[in-house]
Amino acid sequence: MNNKITRNIMEIFAITLVAFFMVPLVLVLFNAAKGNNEIIASPLSAPQNWMNLLSNAANIWNNPNIRYSQALVNSVIVTFFSLAGITISSAMAAWVLVRTKTKVSTAIFMMFVAAMVIPFQVVMFPLVKWFGMVQGWIGVPMLRSYFGIIIAYMGFGSSLSIFMFHGFMKSIPIDIEEAAYIDGCSKFKTFFLIVLPILKPIYVTILILNGIWIWNDFLLPMLVLGKGTPVQTIPLAVNNFAGAFVTSYDLLMTAILMALIPVVFFFISAQKHIIKGMVEGSVK
Amino acid sequence: MDKDKRMQKIVFWLFLAPALISFFMVQIIPFVIGFYYSFTDWSATAQITLNFVGLKNYADAFKDTTFLYSTIITSIYTLLNIVLVNVVAFGLALLVTSNIKFRNIYRAGFFLPNVIGGIILGYIWQFIFNRFVPFVAGSWGITYLTENLMLASSRTALLALVIVSTWQYAGYIMMIYVAALQNVPRDLIEAAQVDGATPWQRFKAITIPMVRPAFTVTLFLTLVNSFKQFDVNTSLTGVGPSTMFMGRAINGTELLAMNISNTSLILRNTAMAQAKAIVFFVVLVVFSLLQVYFSKKKEVEL
Repeated sequence: MNNKITRNIMEIFAITLVAFFMVPLVLVLFNAAKGNNEIIASPLSAPQNWMNLLSNAANIWNNPNIRYSQALVNSVIVTFFSLAGITISSAMAAWVLVRTKTKVSTAIFMMFVAAMVIPFQVVMFPLVKWFGMVQGWIGVPMLRSYFGIIIAYMGFGSSLSIFMFHGFMKSIPIDIEEAAYIDGCSKFKTFFLIVLPILKPIYVTILILNGIWIWNDFLLPMLVLGKGTPVQTIPLAVNNFAGAFVTSYDLLMTAILMALIPVVFFFISAQKHIIKGMVEGSVK
Repeated sequence: MDKDKRMQKIVFWLFLAPALISFFMVQIIPFVIGFYYSFTDWSATAQITLNFVGLKNYADAFKDTTFLYSTIITSIYTLLNIVLVNVVAFGLALLVTSNIKFRNIYRAGFFLPNVIGGIILGYIWQFIFNRFVPFVAGSWGITYLTENLMLASSRTALLALVIVSTWQYAGYIMMIYVAALQNVPRDLIEAAQVDGATPWQRFKAITIPMVRPAFTVTLFLTLVNSFKQFDVNTSLTGVGPSTMFMGRAINGTELLAMNISNTSLILRNTAMAQAKAIVFFVVLVVFSLLQVYFSKKKEVEL
């Protein structure tokens, strides 16, 4: 009996705490549907007219100061191709690094792992300079381009991804691959048809870890893509918009709500995988 | 056989190439040229030749009061963050591993802020500190909070940064504690219960020692992540209200990562920014080595 009461108290306490944690997000939702005067008058009540949300959203969607629709497309393109690049290149690299037992192989693996301590701050300015130089030599745009930023994410994502693939592959017996080899399967076929499918649990984790990082990343796109250029991701676009309209929170709240929707929706639909993946990534 | 070996070598480098090339392009080469540039007069404005200046940039960086100030407030911020994030996270972990019904929903709720980007979070909380807090305080008659906005003074703005970071990060650290708490064997606790140990005794003698390895992970995670804070700093406070430090007006909430950026982006002194970044890097390497040392030590004890 006593136990039951304690449990109910705990339950109520937990619900209250979660509600408290959600207050900032609820405030965004409420204030995204208000005009500026209404926000000043009552920032915490529900909006008088929810239909304002649609007109505010339509405004943000096409507003030339944020170009939200364009930013959304850019974020999707950058995240999608960077993820594809990171996952395939890191899985390929980790596979040969696990299966080749030479000093060179170990040294390369150690180099990838050691690079995890390099903070972005120490490479960011030389990176921009270097990309500018490469652009001049080969004529392929590295700055302000999809290509450059995707290469950048592949390079920065490789350390952790290779480390995680490597750890997982060590536990896979080599027998299947050898059997495939004896049956005349080429290395490429073995990798794409046999190894890659076995890696599914770990590449789900790697996709989530890198995906959330890339989607939310700010400093790298700011430096590689530049501020206010045609190719802007969502964090950049919101930052530009907020910089231009510091005092009027109405449209900023709508912009933030629209930036939140993809992330929150993704989180709700795959929260188990996301939580597991992100925690695994930390305990490396 | 010889042909087979050569083939294997080709496959090795071919499979490695995409990752290795991009890795060199964005990490190794910039790291090396950055190291070299920190000894030159590299600036963000167009220049034709770079001149070697020796250790001048490092000397300038150590003489720069903004760098010293940023180091101090980053240390304070990091320390406060380590304490607050871990206390909150551990409390939440105990709550969501207890015998309650909807613990998976609670876990997801506490974790959610962590998947939202720092830039977006900062603007949400800017709204809260500038509009919501004064409004609520005003309706309760607390005039102190309506007259003194938290983001308007450097000390309270730093505190605001800690609050936001805790909100963002506690759910994540919580899950690491949850994993550790779930590893505490149930029969051990039940045995202690039978022996008449009080809940507090059980907690102190069983739970804490069993989750101790997790503390090393969480402490260093919060340490490194707080030390590198940039995004929330940018959107919540920016360089912040100015404050007096060593007899001059200075940006009140410019954490280290932002100080490094602004040294190049605003002062255009990229060489000094690079020297600061290398100092920053060395500190982070020391943190990592300490972490390795402490986790190794723990393993021996077990």
